[in-house]
Amino acid sequence: MAPNRREFLLIAGLAAIGVACPSLARVLFAKAGATSSGTAAEAVSGITPALKAKRWAMAVIPGKCPNDCRACIDACHLTHNVPDFGNPKDEIQWIGLQPFERVFPGDAYPQMPEAARERKLPVLCNHCDNPPCVRVCPTQATFKRADGIVMMDYHRCIGCRFCMAACPYGARSMNWRDPRPFIRKINNDYPTRTKGVVEKCTFCEERLRKGILPACVMACEEKALVFGDIDDPRSEIRLLLDKELPIRRRVDLGTKPQAYYIL
Amino acid sequence: MKLYDAGKIIAGIVIFLILITFPLWYGKGKAVAPPNLELDTPAIQQLTDKRCVEDTAFMRANHMKLLATWRDDVVRDGKRFYTAADGRTVEMSLTGSCLKCHSNKDRFCDRCHDYAGVKPTCWNCHIVPGEVK
Repeated sequence: MAPNRREFLLIAGLAAIGVACPSLARVLFAKAGATSSGTAAEAVSGITPALKAKRWAMAVIPGKCPNDCRACIDACHLTHNVPDFGNPKDEIQWIGLQPFERVFPGDAYPQMPEAARERKLPVLCNHCDNPPCVRVCPTQATFKRADGIVMMDYHRCIGCRFCMAACPYGARSMNWRDPRPFIRKINNDYPTRTKGVVEKCTFCEERLRKGILPACVMACEEKALVFGDIDDPRSEIRLLLDKELPIRRRVDLGTKPQAYYIL
Repeated sequence: MKLYDAGKIIAGIVIFLILITFPLWYGKGKAVAPPNLELDTPAIQQLTDKRCVEDTAFMRANHMKLLATWRDDVVRDGKRFYTAADGRTVEMSLTGSCLKCHSNKDRFCDRCHDYAGVKPTCWNCHIVPGEVK
């Protein structure tokens, strides 16, 4: 049966709205399981889409850390099969605790309150915008991704340790021995490293790819670690940094670190 | 022209030639049986269509190239899924995808690698579930 005049106008009107509002269609499709950021494969199999950002960054609020809390360190090192050689000289650290004068050395901040000075601060790779480790790496085993993560490709690392010499934050560690016998509990979902490669924090890029926040951020019950897209004005980290007074480590060196400390 | 100590020299040359050609004549005529690769893992038995990521001939000849491409795609380009020629998508993961079906590394991967005399270094870092404590 052909539609009458009223039905025809109704259909035409709805069609016009549909054509004029492609964003509406996108919202409807998103409800059906697909997202604008996920690939077709992810949409089909119902896999959580990757977390994506223009520029990942971390904010650290050491004031929230309880004394002797190592939740973030333990979570990270368990997740990433980081060995414990039981020897500070060979120690491998993706995230660790350091006293104030080692995190902010020299006379950069001479008048910090006593409480801030005496506290140990969580330290991790700063994922610099101008990373000196990437510049010196002869094999491009370490490189900066488009979203700002300074990545490690252990397949290419030849263990020359130029990056360790270049990094002003001491964020990198060398495997002087086969790390496998020194891993307390193996996590089957993440590879170990081998003798003779340098390793460091990668902002949990393997978790971001699966749509999960970094292990340290999720392990921190005090919310002392805030992770997000610093280029997105509505992200949690931007809302925090916009109202606080964040400082960064050794900005005088021009490395443009992307770990922000709120003391 | 006189060859001093001819006996010693010729004997030495003969011994040298025997030793240096040892790999050529030692295995001659003996056929080494090709490796017997086992495909009867529980995960493979459950498959209705017993097909690897790509077809068997391709995988047999090119799995190392495929894995090298996966490695670069994952580590350097941040990708996660591989689309096979027949349209299926697979997560690019040695431990997570390959070893899920081929859970018998010692009777599949190793047998052929030993036969071919290749020593891949994959397992120095990548975990074979159950092998590392």
